[in-house]
Amino acid sequence: VTPRRVAVLKGGPSLERQVSFRSAARVEDALERLGIEYLSIDVGQSLVDDLRATTADVAFVALHGRGGEDGTVQELLEIVGLPYTGSGVLACMRCMDKVLTKHMLLETGLPTPDFFAFSEIAFKELGAGEALPAIEERLGFPVVVKPAAQGSALGIKFARGAADVPEALIAAFSYDDRVLLERHVDGRELAVSLLEGDGGVEPLPIVEARPRQEYFYDFEARYEIGKTDFVCPAQLPPDVTARVQEVAVETYRLLGCYGFARVDMILTAGGEPQVLEAQAIPGLTETSLLPQAAEAAGISFEQLVGRMLEQALARQGAIAPTS
Amino acid sequence: LRWRTRREGPFGIGAKDSQVKDRHQTTSHEIERYAGLFAKRTTQMRSSAMRDLMAITARPDVISLAGGLPDTSSFPPETFAALTDRIARESCAAALQYGPTEGFDETKLRIAEVMDAEGMRADPDDIVVTTGGQQVIDLVTKTLIDPGDVVICEAPTYPGAVPTFSSYEADVIQIEMDSDGMRVDLLEETLQQLDRDGRRPKFIYTVPTFQNPAGVTLSAPRRKRLVEIARERELLVLEDNPYGLLRYEGEPLPPLYALDGGEYVIYLGTFSKILSPGIRLGWVTAPGPVLGKINLGKQAADLCTSSLTQHFVNAYFDQGRWRHYVSDLCATYRQRRDAMLDALAEFFPREAEWTQPSGGLFIWATLPEFIDTGDLLAKALREERVAFVPGSAAYVDGRGGSSMRLNFSGADVNDIVEGVRRIGKVVDEQVSLFSTFGGRGRDSASEIAGSGQDEAPGDSSADEPLADVVELPRRRDERRAQGS
Repeated sequence: VTPRRVAVLKGGPSLERQVSFRSAARVEDALERLGIEYLSIDVGQSLVDDLRATTADVAFVALHGRGGEDGTVQELLEIVGLPYTGSGVLACMRCMDKVLTKHMLLETGLPTPDFFAFSEIAFKELGAGEALPAIEERLGFPVVVKPAAQGSALGIKFARGAADVPEALIAAFSYDDRVLLERHVDGRELAVSLLEGDGGVEPLPIVEARPRQEYFYDFEARYEIGKTDFVCPAQLPPDVTARVQEVAVETYRLLGCYGFARVDMILTAGGEPQVLEAQAIPGLTETSLLPQAAEAAGISFEQLVGRMLEQALARQGAIAPTS
Repeated sequence: LRWRTRREGPFGIGAKDSQVKDRHQTTSHEIERYAGLFAKRTTQMRSSAMRDLMAITARPDVISLAGGLPDTSSFPPETFAALTDRIARESCAAALQYGPTEGFDETKLRIAEVMDAEGMRADPDDIVVTTGGQQVIDLVTKTLIDPGDVVICEAPTYPGAVPTFSSYEADVIQIEMDSDGMRVDLLEETLQQLDRDGRRPKFIYTVPTFQNPAGVTLSAPRRKRLVEIARERELLVLEDNPYGLLRYEGEPLPPLYALDGGEYVIYLGTFSKILSPGIRLGWVTAPGPVLGKINLGKQAADLCTSSLTQHFVNAYFDQGRWRHYVSDLCATYRQRRDAMLDALAEFFPREAEWTQPSGGLFIWATLPEFIDTGDLLAKALREERVAFVPGSAAYVDGRGGSSMRLNFSGADVNDIVEGVRRIGKVVDEQVSLFSTFGGRGRDSASEIAGSGQDEAPGDSSADEPLADVVELPRRRDERRAQGS
């Protein structure tokens, strides 16, 4: 099934608004090249009205971060009855929330770095501060402090000693009211993009991101050309490649993703992958990883966009229009 | 909302398929190709997550105290219409034509008039009209700096100068300030250290009056000393003075250019804050040999400054009301500054400190050290829909992390008060959260609680009425020790 008219959802109030515009700009170009009519919507107060008024067959969700990637917009699309690209409400909620993701991984026995998570309330009302020394002792330094729900590596801090932890917590709590303290795992930064085809979900070639200057693969390293060297397919022994991809596929299934997703990992010196997080709506910008992986698999950006739209329409049966 | 198709897309109706297919596509191969094509200096050009976060300020529900926007809504539209009408009748062809690289003589006469209003005697022949003041920073840096050469500036410095210095690969050294502006004693120490290292700085960049971003003003004795230092060491000073005429109280201090007579001081002026930033008109006066190189550099950059807006300025100054407009602006901004200072006193926690500017557009506020204002901006945007400029933008070395620049010219009084209230709320939340971490960290909330804005405004020292203002930037150990 090929869509005739596509509503591209972009922007919105999230901190990754600008990243979303970059993803959407590429999608819009691809739609032009594919000869598909499209309508772009900067997601805001009038979203429901805009969606109801549109004659689109399908929505391309080119949103990142809170609101667009956490199930909120997906829920509204379900209510309006418009098919949309990517994962459904529940999988989006699971992916956006790193704490939930990690708990699910742990429960299934998939590898993820040791961690503890706290809400602001735990500190303000339950004296969680008293637990910090014990946590630091168990995790060891450096400790990685992250907001539970925030993309593009925003708000991630490395605490190299106990004195750094309070500041790192304050920083992470600026992005979410829940944070996690995670054991720092040294290793290579790998991303496995997954794409569903006729034969079910398939891992694309692994991308390794090697930031040139930055200490880790942070915001600038992600979106600035020349700040990071990308190696795709990553240079890994076949058995390690297989293991990394297998873990990615299991993570994808575990979280209940649909259509596509990206799983980010650290590969330890011992060759063991450790899952950091999963992206329900991976970036589609010039420097993003999913398009590079697809290309390495011989799938052009237009084909990728086309596949995403076809999958969205194929799922149409699952959506019950209200009007 | 509009449907777009290939035919109606950016290529216009009837675009050929081939044009569409040739459209630039970025593949991973191209990422590498571009990374290889880009000049080395582009890696020195800093990008930042903060710039991306600022995209949200475009949304109507966000109050932005981040920009440096003058209030152009106060310019009478009928005046604008009269000016353009006159240009159309009297000088249509010339206004639409190229002009001389150095600018029109008529415009330079008006510039001399503006400089005279601040006590400077400039020969119109020594003036080059530029595309905004920003171009002066670019041209002076281009003229004087080889990669690795030293530029000295204030800490914090004008955030817009940082990318310019970076793109010419300058080695930027920042000199601390206090309520009297740049610490000239520290400047001398730095110069001596550079001497010992066998390095000679090419120029000192300073915004001596109502500094952006700190809002402080270089005191009269320090002005005198700075000019002497330049003379003794035969160093150039780039004096950036966009705000000198926007004084809301007190007596004007002589610009460095007036003290020095233009021998070692390169002067940068602009119409942006006294008329309009949209016309992109600034100027530079410099010693002859420097001006010659600047002129060549400008030829390479853009041939000439807009003829149209130079005619606009000429016509506007012929009306003879420019000083009235500036005093109208001053009245508006004074009120807004007062509203912001009152709001800061009401809504910021006592651990915070801020400057008390007598003019200009900005207040610099410094929070407890455990707060990173870059991260705080995320919280402010996310939860309270309010924006400011994180302090680190004004440093090349990662300092300034707990400071912020607040603008009071671009928002009305209601938005200023509400904006400051919202920022105060997120700061309060972080301060109270920090206190639950078991009193650890490099700077605990209780420890610094006593060092807030204890000294009341009005507490003045001998040579400057702004001495109550805190030292900048905040460094705990020094802050307590020094009393300059």
